[in-house]
Amino acid sequence: MAAATRIRVPATARRGEIMELRAIIMHPMENGFRMETNGEYVPVHIIHTFVCRYNGAEVFRARLEPGIAANPYLAFTTRATESGTIEFIWLDDDGTFEVAAATVEVT
Amino acid sequence: MKRPLAVSVVGLLLAAAGIAAAQQDLAAYVSGDRRSGFTFLAPETRALQTDEFRNPGMLWVEEGERLWSVAPPGGQSCAGCHKDAAVSMKGVAASYPAYDEEQKHVINLEQQINQCRGRQKQPALAWESRELLALTAYVGRQSLGMPVAVKIDGPAAQSFARGKEEYEMRRGQLDLSCAACHESQVGAKLRAEVISQGQMNGFPIYRQLWQTMGSSHRMIAWCNEAVRAETYPAGSQEYVDLELYAKWRGRGLPVETPAVRR
Repeated sequence: MAAATRIRVPATARRGEIMELRAIIMHPMENGFRMETNGEYVPVHIIHTFVCRYNGAEVFRARLEPGIAANPYLAFTTRATESGTIEFIWLDDDGTFEVAAATVEVT
Repeated sequence: MKRPLAVSVVGLLLAAAGIAAAQQDLAAYVSGDRRSGFTFLAPETRALQTDEFRNPGMLWVEEGERLWSVAPPGGQSCAGCHKDAAVSMKGVAASYPAYDEEQKHVINLEQQINQCRGRQKQPALAWESRELLALTAYVGRQSLGMPVAVKIDGPAAQSFARGKEEYEMRRGQLDLSCAACHESQVGAKLRAEVISQGQMNGFPIYRQLWQTMGSSHRMIAWCNEAVRAETYPAGSQEYVDLELYAKWRGRGLPVETPAVRR
């Protein structure tokens, strides 16, 4: 089942205003150090990269490591320049990725 | 000498105002002598719960909202019968566990959801599965802030009496009952943890120790393991009875689903 994501982008913003963007994803962030009851290690399974694009241009990127807690939450800011789409992309180390997007109207 | 005194008086007043403000914030989480687990948390953890976006449990609530209107093959979706959960499910979680006419015993919210699925010819969702936690959290969220009010008389009386017995029964290698900590030692420290009243008004909860959501029965089983006792399976009547009793202990406390706990 696809990972659940939640994002928050202001619906409207004034040109030049600093917007706060927030994103959270449901993910175990398995660090690879945990053992099952049979003594076998649970393999590493994390989101390794998070990218945010504003009208196609990258405005934020984060590298996530195994030490980060499950269901990672990120909040960051960017300057409102033009109306358009803000895209959030989470890259999973199993090769899959999740995308969520929202539009912002800049006046 | 005057100035330092004035400064300290102002300081004291400010500190008192700060404490009063903090207490006012917590007043909603107290009912009589009953205190929600929320009041035992660090301010940072409380902020994590009350921020509707940052609360990780809301991921499950949103998932539950999606599942609410997904019709399984050959059956109705939840929304097919119950329509808008904000209307039909308001107050439901505050009154569960409750006596069920069909099964002739008290059942909890997870079991009620699975009973509904049975009517739609769908297999029961597994305990602690993402779907069951999501639906329970979504239904629970509709009662946010409503006071816990479970029925303990009539057909639920036997279950309640058994639950009370379970609550007071010493068990495990540590020979502790639920009451031995959650009644006699409230506010005391267990290593670095503050012992709470063990209230159950926020389930399913996002537990930081688990790094995920967990049901009321997972929590009780965890407590049983902590006193080195044999656990009952999730959904066992012992746990449902215990849940009913524990929920009644927190009568009047607001539903906090999805609560964040340590």
